[in-house]
Amino acid sequence: MNITRVDLRKVWMPGLLLIILVLLATLPLYASTYTVILVTSILMYIIMTVSWTIFSGPTGYISLASAAFLGVGIYTSAILGKALSLPLVITIGGLASFILALLVGALTLRLKGIYFAIFTFGLVMLIRYLLLWYEINMTGTRGRFVIVVDNNTIYHVMLAIFVTLLLTAYFIRRSKFGLALQSIGENEEAAAHTGVNVTAVKVITFAISASFMGAAGAIIATRWTYIDPYIAFNPLFSFMPVLMAIFGGMGQFYGPILGAAIFAYLEEVLITRFPYYYMLIFGIILVAAILYLPNGLVGLIRKLGKRSSGGQHADT
Amino acid sequence: MPILEGEGVTKYFGGLAAVSNVDFHVDQGEVVGLIGPNGAGKTTLFNLISAALVPKSGVIRFKGEKICGLKPCQICRKGVARTFQSVKVFANMSVFENVLLGSLFGTSTGMSSADAAREATGLLEFVGLSAVRATPAKELTLANQKRVEVARALATKPELLLLDELMAGLNHAEVVQAMELVNRIRDEGITIFMIEHVMKAIMSVCDRIMVLHHGEKIAEGTPPEIATSRTVIEVYLGE
Repeated sequence: MNITRVDLRKVWMPGLLLIILVLLATLPLYASTYTVILVTSILMYIIMTVSWTIFSGPTGYISLASAAFLGVGIYTSAILGKALSLPLVITIGGLASFILALLVGALTLRLKGIYFAIFTFGLVMLIRYLLLWYEINMTGTRGRFVIVVDNNTIYHVMLAIFVTLLLTAYFIRRSKFGLALQSIGENEEAAAHTGVNVTAVKVITFAISASFMGAAGAIIATRWTYIDPYIAFNPLFSFMPVLMAIFGGMGQFYGPILGAAIFAYLEEVLITRFPYYYMLIFGIILVAAILYLPNGLVGLIRKLGKRSSGGQHADT
Repeated sequence: MPILEGEGVTKYFGGLAAVSNVDFHVDQGEVVGLIGPNGAGKTTLFNLISAALVPKSGVIRFKGEKICGLKPCQICRKGVARTFQSVKVFANMSVFENVLLGSLFGTSTGMSSADAAREATGLLEFVGLSAVRATPAKELTLANQKRVEVARALATKPELLLLDELMAGLNHAEVVQAMELVNRIRDEGITIFMIEHVMKAIMSVCDRIMVLHHGEKIAEGTPPEIATSRTVIEVYLGE
């Protein structure tokens, strides 16, 4: 009986994912413009959170550089958007963040714990104010206009990045590379003495994770249409992925996805329904989640699952 | 020819000479013991060999090749594996994954996932942990966690195995089992360099013993020579 159950699961899981993907891909055909824009921004938060989790989840290195990688993508789009085609701009946005992460990673990944977190956050501030200084003194303006792209294209590009990211994250998690990342989080010294090139594994993963943030930044910039260093390098985008991943729970693959989706949707609902109390309510929900859901939504789901199966045992 | 040799190996921590001008060698197929009071520099010497630390001066050669300046992962792939004094297992990973990591990343040639899995399974049987292969390593007893470390080290297919206090904290029965494990590893043709405080174990298992005190090598010889050496007795008993 167990075998049929496993087989069924093997069939319906990819099937379900395919249906969700088709529904998402055709969203602009049946949903309102507002919904498309809302889902675009939810997808962006999921991309930020899942790419953050690729690196920080298994290794336990808390990176607060996410806003820097997003911002690099945003500025790539602002600078090159008029000259190059959209796919090229997005690729370059991802690549620029990849290279920045390689450099920063090689420099800072020897730092551990809180020092790494602070340095990565410092990076966001450094780029933000360097850029601001450059713009004011060299170009004479503070902000830039970004080329306008229609909402459906933005949505589809975001969806494409999202799907690529999920596949990447899934294969990293399943591969021997994923095992190496996990061993680094468990005990870096032992991993090194067991033959894992810890520096290379960390730096490459950090860069892969950054490239998706850069790509997402390059496309979201076209929706914002006007950007300046304060908008592009907003520290909020460094903290959101961390909060969303914790809210969702990092133990399972779907945790960060769920966390980011609900979190982003919640933010949207609160900001439109309760514009004055939004931050207050948001804060209360966050505090409650940290206090009562130490393993995030994933932990809650597992607890409920256990309770129902436990009930069955009691009956038989 | 010695498989491992060191000449004038020196390491300072601030002004303190943790290891001072030590010459040593380990021959192919030997079991060499390293003893000395606490703080003598035994683990520091192991850290220098496995590249966790870089010596201030001196040369360490493995199979005639200088290995100073390499990274820990490179030392491991060259064929020098180690265990740790304070156990460093991958706590939340299964026992099997702990060992698998060694065969996936630590061997000189690399191997396919299927071969690595087969290798890891074989090693779990060798150290007697087949029954707990799916258990997270943190749930094992200390003795079994030490076996996980040994299996993980063996998975990298070493020619030289550094054992840092394999028997510390084990009860009498576990010490006997650990001694038997060391003998079986030697029978596989692997050279062993081991730090140990359990005298009964070191006297019966080792071919040769080296004694460190305040970072300096003060004696070297066969177990009976060491057991009767005046210098060694003075160091351990204080006159």
